[in-house]
Amino acid sequence: MASNKKYWKSEAELNPNDSIVETLRQNEFPEEIPVDDFLGDKENLSSGNTNRRDFLKYVGFSTAAASLAACEGPVRKSIPYVVKPEQIIPGVANYYATTIADGFDFASILIKTREGRPIKVENNTDAKVGGSANARVQASVLSLYDSTRIQGPLANGEPVEWNVLDAAAKAKLGSLNGSGKQIVLLTQTYASPSTDRLIGEFGAAFGGIKHVTYDAISEDAALSAFEARYGERALPNYDLSKADVIVSFAADFLADWQGGGFDVGYSKGRVPKNGKMSRHIQLEANMSLTGANADKRIPLKPSEQKKALAALFGKLNNSNVSVDLGDGLSQAIDGIAAAIRKAGNKAVVLTGLDDVNAQAVALAINEMLGSEAFEPTSPRYTRQGNNAEVNQLISDMKSGRVGALIMDGVNPMYTLPNAADFKEGIENVDLSIAFSTNWNDTTAVATYTAAANHFLESWGDAQFQKGHYSLMQPTIKELFDTRQFQAALLTWMGNDKSYYEYIKETWSTFILGGSDWNQALHDGVFVPSSDTMEEGADDPVAVAAAQTDKEEDGDETAAEADVTSVSNAVRSLASSSSEGIELTLYSKVGMGDGQQSGNPWLQEFPDPISRVSWDNYVSVSKQDAASLGLINKNVANGGLDGSYAKLTVNGVSIDKVPVIIQPGQALGTVGLSFGYGKTTGMKEEMQVGVNAYPLYQNFSSTQSVQIEKSSGNHEFACVQLHKTLMGRGDIIKETTLEIFNTKDHAEWNKVPVVSLDHQEVPATTVDLWEGFDRSIGHHFNMSIDLNACTGCGACVIACHAENNVPVVGKQEVRLSRDMHWLRIDRYYSSEDTFEGDNEKKDGLSGAFGSKAGFEEMEDPSANPQVAFQPVMCQHCNHAPCETVCPVAATSHSRQGQNHMAYNRCVGTRYCANNCPYKVRRFNWFLYNNNEEFDFYMNNDLGKMVINPDVNVRSRGVMEKCSMCIQMTQKTILDAKREGRTIKDGEFQTACSSACSTGAIVFGDINDEESQVSELKESDRMYHLLESVGTKPNVFYHVKVRNTDEA
Amino acid sequence: MKKVPYRHRISKIFELSLVVFLLLSTPLIAQEDAAPQEAEAVADAGAAAGGDVAKGKQLFNQNCAACHALNRKMTGPALANVETRLAEEEGLDKEWLYAWIKNSAGMIASGDAYANKIYAEYNQAAMTAFPTLSNQDIDDILAYTAAPPPAPVTPAGTAAATGAPAESSGISNELILGALAVVFGLLVIMLFLVNKTLRRIAEANGVDLEREKAEKGMPIWKAFAKNQFLVLVTSIFLILAAGYYAYGWMMQIGVDQGYAPIQPIHYSHKIHAGDNKIECKYCHSSARVSKHSGIPSLNVCMNCHKSIYEYKGNPEGPSAEDIANGYTNEFYTGEIKKLYKAVGWDEENQRYTGDSEPVEWVRIHNLPDFAYFNHSQHVTVAGVECQTCHGPVEEMEIMYQYSPLTMGWCIDCHRETNVNVADNAYYEKIHAELSKKYGVEQLTAAQMGGLECGKCHY
Repeated sequence: MASNKKYWKSEAELNPNDSIVETLRQNEFPEEIPVDDFLGDKENLSSGNTNRRDFLKYVGFSTAAASLAACEGPVRKSIPYVVKPEQIIPGVANYYATTIADGFDFASILIKTREGRPIKVENNTDAKVGGSANARVQASVLSLYDSTRIQGPLANGEPVEWNVLDAAAKAKLGSLNGSGKQIVLLTQTYASPSTDRLIGEFGAAFGGIKHVTYDAISEDAALSAFEARYGERALPNYDLSKADVIVSFAADFLADWQGGGFDVGYSKGRVPKNGKMSRHIQLEANMSLTGANADKRIPLKPSEQKKALAALFGKLNNSNVSVDLGDGLSQAIDGIAAAIRKAGNKAVVLTGLDDVNAQAVALAINEMLGSEAFEPTSPRYTRQGNNAEVNQLISDMKSGRVGALIMDGVNPMYTLPNAADFKEGIENVDLSIAFSTNWNDTTAVATYTAAANHFLESWGDAQFQKGHYSLMQPTIKELFDTRQFQAALLTWMGNDKSYYEYIKETWSTFILGGSDWNQALHDGVFVPSSDTMEEGADDPVAVAAAQTDKEEDGDETAAEADVTSVSNAVRSLASSSSEGIELTLYSKVGMGDGQQSGNPWLQEFPDPISRVSWDNYVSVSKQDAASLGLINKNVANGGLDGSYAKLTVNGVSIDKVPVIIQPGQALGTVGLSFGYGKTTGMKEEMQVGVNAYPLYQNFSSTQSVQIEKSSGNHEFACVQLHKTLMGRGDIIKETTLEIFNTKDHAEWNKVPVVSLDHQEVPATTVDLWEGFDRSIGHHFNMSIDLNACTGCGACVIACHAENNVPVVGKQEVRLSRDMHWLRIDRYYSSEDTFEGDNEKKDGLSGAFGSKAGFEEMEDPSANPQVAFQPVMCQHCNHAPCETVCPVAATSHSRQGQNHMAYNRCVGTRYCANNCPYKVRRFNWFLYNNNEEFDFYMNNDLGKMVINPDVNVRSRGVMEKCSMCIQMTQKTILDAKREGRTIKDGEFQTACSSACSTGAIVFGDINDEESQVSELKESDRMYHLLESVGTKPNVFYHVKVRNTDEA
Repeated sequence: MKKVPYRHRISKIFELSLVVFLLLSTPLIAQEDAAPQEAEAVADAGAAAGGDVAKGKQLFNQNCAACHALNRKMTGPALANVETRLAEEEGLDKEWLYAWIKNSAGMIASGDAYANKIYAEYNQAAMTAFPTLSNQDIDDILAYTAAPPPAPVTPAGTAAATGAPAESSGISNELILGALAVVFGLLVIMLFLVNKTLRRIAEANGVDLEREKAEKGMPIWKAFAKNQFLVLVTSIFLILAAGYYAYGWMMQIGVDQGYAPIQPIHYSHKIHAGDNKIECKYCHSSARVSKHSGIPSLNVCMNCHKSIYEYKGNPEGPSAEDIANGYTNEFYTGEIKKLYKAVGWDEENQRYTGDSEPVEWVRIHNLPDFAYFNHSQHVTVAGVECQTCHGPVEEMEIMYQYSPLTMGWCIDCHRETNVNVADNAYYEKIHAELSKKYGVEQLTAAQMGGLECGKCHY
């Protein structure tokens, strides 16, 4: 019900007397141009040495100098190849299928290269499993061109040649053979058949080695629970498109839970089809991306989540589990149990609780339900880290039992909670080699630093999920004198094969089963046909994948044992308790485990929930903040300030953690994200946030924490109050499934009315202008489905990469000068109406209801509903920006795109002021070739990522989304050249092709067959601010929430 | 923005007058047509060997010249006096040569020692078998190879012979101008004298003095200054004219029409595209598919220049103009050597050394970054001739920017040019609908939307 809901972006907006919010509403550019600074001071002006005549002289001279300088153009060189590679045609992009498997992100992707430079990541639509390219994967191409990369091998920080390193490694490894001291490989999760085989052979060559897999953010509990039940150390797969009811206990499955990649299936079930959509219930402490998308979100402490899970198991199992839940929660669990029962095998229960019992119980529930979405038979291998082995390694190192330690893809000195122990240990290791692309805390303590390849320079393969293989191929030659880990192992083993040949051999022997290698490499993914799969079961590559049937053919005693183990697990869950405030550590959508914290795109990416960029922070509920004396406040320029807090877990404290008051944060809990606070080897601008890993004790993401206020005031770069909508609340429309199914769309998708000839008519029918005739040729439209959009932000980074959007840095973002062409607005809402309050009051009952319920009612931010809305230039047919431009720099096309001619713009910013959607961005500075903005556009390496088809804008011009006109024009040209018509789906924009959930669909509405024209006819279609009469070419679909207990 | 072509008008007038002068003065120029050097001096010495040298030359050029030269190694060995050389050095007779030419692979396979030696020496590049050549043909070819090389036309002599007329033409131009100056001087003196004489006659007669006096009372400039209307009109005219020229001058800032920088290798489009009629897109192949026309990589040059190691010039020999500019055969051959150096081609051993240095060409057509231009759209889709924008490239000894490359120039063309829709399924629907809408048969690029800002600026 769009009209009677109150939406807000920031806590501050709930205060009607907040003058700053009011100012921001009224002013597109909250800061005045500082005219007074240099003209206001009369005294200073008159005492200055420059008088009027001098001024005129300067003007005259500079004009003359400028015009003289303009007469002579610079001499430009053009240097062709000496021998041009056959595949490369300057000006034509090549695409290569490859795979990212950096230990945290796993995805099959396409890389767009121009003149041999990788410039953009696209989704590989052939890939059926694994995650699609999320924001971090989209941004990974920029990490390739990181100017802080290590450019060659180092010994104790000094550059050496590879042969020195090789000699040292070979000598040491050879001498350790049989000496009693271990050789240990400490690596990321590879999920790579070839690497596993190689490590096996490497071990054989050196008389046994130990391979320890280490995930910075561990999924050990889930892996152990799965192993206990199914005999294989892996993670179950879930196909959420098959689920009607999804109950998640703190599983942030739309972000990085168990390797992520569940969003595609989830979104499929979220779009109402034939009156049905999935129902999603989330019980969690932090407001996560997943919780924000839930139909019903119950904020709970982690300890209570465990109890609730135990209670739910009891309810579903009809067994008596004695749990002490409050009445309210117990009712909620009853409701959930009823919903699950009703859905039967169409329900699924997920848990992100970092507890092996909780994971075991969730598996048991899914198995009990026979959940269709639960796929234990095709498990995922994207997390393999083993905490016990890591701990064992550290103690072995400390006791001097490790002779050589070779590390790849890990940064334990930064990510280990007990990094000090590791440091102590590594000093007792004779030879330590760290493979790394960047100088970091671990390379600083290792004897040798082996400069490693970026994944775009490497060969590799991966098995994300059982029976689904992917290949990684280099898309550019090594930029520096680097070498990948596997190639180094081969060299040290004395094997003169290249790793490419090694992979090819592995594949043709164990995987391909006669299929074509070149085809597999071309596709980037390979799924063996079912008969070769069976053969694969006994190959050495499919790592211990065979024993999954153990459970099935187990006899009754095994089944009984299972029942007892589950009931033990339930009992231990039910008795879980906690003291003090509970801290939940999580990974941010933009930063993950922090591998790419030197990536300016990701730093500038505003968090989907908090809308804070360039920072991590401790998130606190409003009530807790009040009792702890922590505050957030908005200052005059629109920036957000926050207190600092000191967090202490088991005697380990982090001071000066910025505080964000997070609506929806469960009472008595706080959240803090990993991945920030890295300082070693980082540019100064990137050294932001605090490192949360020291609090990640025993690899448990929930900790009991003491929190106290510390002095000082933190300046956030938070964009939540920027580009506000002047109080026009109807920008977002939503309804409930019940209303959607039962009422006419005129009721839940109201079109605003205006008075015309004293009659009320829909605003969309009234027009001041005569429109262009757009019925001929292409007419592009974009559809954004608010139900399918999870707010993941992959589109934001894709837009960054495609359109050369500059990074402006923390200070500038704080001044609301971020340049994102595409932003994802996040709105909070609650039943903030009298009607809603009354309903709620009537519904209250018992102990849980009365006090807490009324408190909740007083405070709409306790557990708000969240809606995400991607907003880019709406490409209005009647664009307000066009009519106010004094130089006609922005104009309209028949194809529906609103053009922006940068070279014509004189920077009046009238257009931005007149844009009702606040999507225009002004170049306050020259962001390229400028030492002040030391991100990537100021060095030769970073500039290699720039898309040559899109202009790099200069200072003083406006810019905005072009609807990727360079891409639509290319599609048209390709068709013209081939003399054919264009099929639906060929037209894409950067955001639409990055959107794996199908929320953003782009196409030509003059093509009646196209998906976008079909979507435009939908009842859910609406335009933003229809009352303004701008007739945008971007349209949205009303968000439908499945909130009713059905 | 319409470019005011005033500068050209001036230069055109200047050129035109120069042409008139030159035409008028041709009779004055000394006859300077150098007698063409006849270079057909082939002694028929090979006849004694039993072959026809002329026929042999023809056959050699048809069959052998791609890989062999007479006096230098190419893909295969130098062939001058090959018969005697083989006989003397290797003791191989003509029969061996017949067999080798007709089936070299067979000879190698049979294990013939010299055959294998030569095969190995030339990078194991198998020689094409010529079973169709008769023994007589081979005799003819051998006769040609045995004939003493044609007496080289002494280039020094040519240069000297042709250098003189070049100089003389320079002198004659000066002479003409000098003569003209003298003539003008004479005319002025004559006029002055005539005037003086007439004046004297008039004075003697005492006729016109009165009128002169009257006019002296009011000088013309004073009369002009008094007539305010005339002053106004004149000043308006002057201001307008000044504005017009100032605008025109300013508008050509940044327009580099005629820009012809000196390139690191003197590459003559005239020789390649003009004399040898090589299709533009043979070298600029990416113009068909890419936004860039592409400067050909050096391996494309080497497709031909592996065999073309020297410039022999057009049959008539270098023209006077070429020689005046220093474009002698040696000059061009020197430029080919520059190519070899850049690409790392070892002429001696006919192989790449791998020691290359990319050529840093000076870019002539500099479109600003904010303008998007796609060659393939114009070349492949529209079928526009390269010359439409790049001018008579086949006549350009030094490549220059022919078109102004201003936005006005682009737009004028888009307004006037009909879109080539024939046999292109993409255009079928849009053409049918648009031509109905505008009531025309042929649509211009502008009508198709080719004037919209965003089509070129993004």
